Amino acid sequence: MENLISIVTFVPLLAAVMLAVIQRGDDEAAQLNAKRLALWATVITFIASIFLLVQFDAANTGFQLVEEREWMFGLTYKVGVDGISILFVMLTTFLMPITIASCWGVKHRVKEYMIALLILETLMIGVFVSLDMVLFYVFFEAGLIPMFLIIGIWGGANRIYASFKFFLYTFLGSVLMLVAMVMMYVDAGTTDIPTLLNHQFGTETFSVLGFTVVGGLQTMLFLAFFASFAVKMPMWPVHTWLPDAHVQAPTAGSVVLAAILLKMGGYGFLRFSLPMFPVASDIMAPLILWLSVIAIVYTSLVAMVQEDMKKLIAYSSVAHMGFVTMGIFAANQNGIDGAIFQMISHGFISGALFLCVGVIYDRMKTRDIDAYGGLVVRMPAYALIFMLFTMANVGLPGTSGFVGEFLTLIGVFQVNTWVGVFATTGVILSACYALWLFRRVMFGDLIKESLRSITDMTRRERAIFAPLVVMTLLLGVYPSLVTDIIGPSVTALVENYEQAVAAFEPHAAVAASQ
Amino acid sequence: MIGADLAIMTPEIVLSLFAMAGLLGAVYTSKDKLASAMCWGTAALFVIIAFYIGVTGNGAHEAFDGMFIDDAFSRFAKVTILLSAAAILAISQDFMAKSDLLRFEFPILIILAVVGMMIMVSAGDLIALYMGLELQALALYVVAAMRRDSVRSTEAGLKYFVLGALSSGLLLYGASLTYGFAGTTRFGGIIEAAQGDMPLGLLFGLVFILAGLAFKVSAAPFHMWTPDVYEGAPTPVTALFATAPKVAAMALFARVVHDAFGGVIGDWQQIVMFLAVLSMFLGAIAAIGQTDIKRLMAYSSISHMGFALMGLASGTAQGVEAMLIYMAIYVVMNIGTFAFILTMERDGRQVTDISSLSAFASKEPTKALAILVLMFSLAGVPPLLGFFGKYAVLVAAVDAGLIWLAVAGVIASVIGAFYYIRIIYLMYFGDAREGLDGKMGLVPYVGLIGMAAIIGLGWIPGINLFGIEAPAQAAAAMLTR
Repeated sequence: MENLISIVTFVPLLAAVMLAVIQRGDDEAAQLNAKRLALWATVITFIASIFLLVQFDAANTGFQLVEEREWMFGLTYKVGVDGISILFVMLTTFLMPITIASCWGVKHRVKEYMIALLILETLMIGVFVSLDMVLFYVFFEAGLIPMFLIIGIWGGANRIYASFKFFLYTFLGSVLMLVAMVMMYVDAGTTDIPTLLNHQFGTETFSVLGFTVVGGLQTMLFLAFFASFAVKMPMWPVHTWLPDAHVQAPTAGSVVLAAILLKMGGYGFLRFSLPMFPVASDIMAPLILWLSVIAIVYTSLVAMVQEDMKKLIAYSSVAHMGFVTMGIFAANQNGIDGAIFQMISHGFISGALFLCVGVIYDRMKTRDIDAYGGLVVRMPAYALIFMLFTMANVGLPGTSGFVGEFLTLIGVFQVNTWVGVFATTGVILSACYALWLFRRVMFGDLIKESLRSITDMTRRERAIFAPLVVMTLLLGVYPSLVTDIIGPSVTALVENYEQAVAAFEPHAAVAASQ
Repeated sequence: MIGADLAIMTPEIVLSLFAMAGLLGAVYTSKDKLASAMCWGTAALFVIIAFYIGVTGNGAHEAFDGMFIDDAFSRFAKVTILLSAAAILAISQDFMAKSDLLRFEFPILIILAVVGMMIMVSAGDLIALYMGLELQALALYVVAAMRRDSVRSTEAGLKYFVLGALSSGLLLYGASLTYGFAGTTRFGGIIEAAQGDMPLGLLFGLVFILAGLAFKVSAAPFHMWTPDVYEGAPTPVTALFATAPKVAAMALFARVVHDAFGGVIGDWQQIVMFLAVLSMFLGAIAAIGQTDIKRLMAYSSISHMGFALMGLASGTAQGVEAMLIYMAIYVVMNIGTFAFILTMERDGRQVTDISSLSAFASKEPTKALAILVLMFSLAGVPPLLGFFGKYAVLVAAVDAGLIWLAVAGVIASVIGAFYYIRIIYLMYFGDAREGLDGKMGLVPYVGLIGMAAIIGLGWIPGINLFGIEAPAQAAAAMLTR
């Protein structure tokens, strides 16, 4: 199966086209058909991606299962996976059937909704498997279109503002990346990612508008990529689009956004920033570490005072992504292992938490924390699941959340103790807001009249959560599942990085330029 | 000798004869009753000649001692011009018939304009350039004012005429200065005079010629006529303005700066960069406040011309290639968009206000999807073709060291994205108070869907922009020998 990656990537798109062309009518039966087709397509994609995982050889640190075809402007359609990207592909294919299943209750323009989600899946997988820089950009940016529509059409009351903010924020971030990519193409003469990984971008200090740029071209390129990935991640202080987008997005949109789209930023850092601009990464690392800590502490504090459940979880996502950037720019084995682990586990946990909110939102049509209280009386199963994911979000040992946070903290302690110390407080703060949320929603007396008749989770809802529960616990007790796959690739990445940094002596370069 | 010269000009001669024959025929027979047949006949002839040029043309030939050049560059531009004019003629008939404008003069004037454009892109001499330009402009002044009983339309025609005359004056002044200092009007002679440190008079000549051409491509700060003329002219004429003449003027621009002033790239590069930056930002920012979709498209075209000029500003073969590809994609997007604008009606009356698009998607999902594709492509969002046009231009600019220009361009495109997605927002999220009727004739429908399909699918590996890259490359190579 030499086209396996393309198959995994484009099966959802094929299903979307089938839906668009064949499916007619908008009655109950037609809606059900659309949902079933989408579910089947995503399940098939998942099964195909399992074949991918089976064929993948973790000991090989290069790109595997590579496919290449001619494209225009000297670009190539080239896809493949390595130890860093394969798990993101798996995460995407694993979560999409769950996401589709979670929108069984949607009644408004179901066919279009399914098409948007399926196209989005193709684009997300495409981002992770692209081995051509411009192909990566195409997938990366094209994802904005379906997400813009998902927020705008199926979103909440203030969806217009949120969708515009989402689109323009991320678009501005990524066009600067496009210019940087063009510069890289001009400098290296290729857009092929494996070749670029071995290309040495200039580090001679030069000055721009009177500012001396240490690290020269690398720093400029790094900053342009940073503009894009930091927005996507999102890092403090460019995170403000995320809470708006999350609150207004429909449940499935929130799940995709939190669980997969945010990971593109982290993946970008690992694929481009760190290996291609090691010197610049080394120069900027202290700044990014501190930005990450501010994100962790500040957004955790902000999360505590939220009245809206989705907003609270959104801020908690920003805080958890702070651990990721911190781990990546600690730039050692533990840090990067932890960052990838954290991204995968956050995919399950945040996705599950947004689904949890969706469960009660479907029943009560409100996300105000104050509107709930004492749910445990009427919804014991729901309370149990919510508690599991709350604990995982806090980072309780035994859940996957713990492993990621712990590894990133180990990584960062080796690099910068103070950053490590402050970041650790984030673990405590996350316990504060998460447990407080749980208490306010679940415990206390069931005094609200409207909640008296609320029903517990249906069988379908339980089935949706089951795989997420399994994965969260499994990765919590057996993290080698992930680290065995990513380990060799990360080791290679760290080695190359350290060699490049060691070869560069900034002080000598500055002295020489004066 | 003259026989060989005329043979090179066969397409232009055939078109001119057809126009004259059509004029005589229609006057002496049934006049406007023939108009529809004439339109179709003209469109068919355009397509045939486009194929003829595209298939049989090879090598580079000069006619009339270098006045008229037939090379890969002119052929690329001519095919684009002919096909876009044919498409515009095809999609505009329903509109013309409905608004009682379907006169036999319309296709004839368009043929004459197209002949002018073809001479423009083939010009190898300042006189030939001016002749082509004026033939094109005079025909277009008339079609802009075709709706004689409408104040708006006549105003548009007059405005276009006065400002066009001014720009022609600037261009002629520049041409005369160039002639005075170079001693010749042939591009081949000018390029020998304009090398290294050229005389100040020649520099002035260059500046004035560029200013005149900037009027024609509606680059800021010479763009003032564009929004008013776009709004006032009948919509089919607006659609024409947005496509074929823009390609012709942009090709002429490239021809002049490379064939005549290719030795002093540094001198015109600054001017073109200035025009490019100003156009991109002005087009992007001024469009935000527009409520009329034709005015919006006017500002959009200004912004796109800025991008195309950015390719030209790089002063390399790669830049010309990028510009040509950009223009071809731009034309396709505009034909699709105007095919829709032509059919915007509410309660049977033609409308152009953007708010009437409200909730169009719930009524007409297929058409709305096509417009969505076109709008995102105009905004430059991948994977649609609009993005690849921008990418080609950016590569050319960065390769020539114009990094700041590239950064300015992408920032302008983000600002511009706002108004394109506002249209999408209205279609998909708007409330359906006063929606459009949504009816569409078959031809405009095919135009809209077809263009959207080209834009939406042209990037697929295997289709690769329908192979226009190779001819564009060959065309660019002719200019920058």
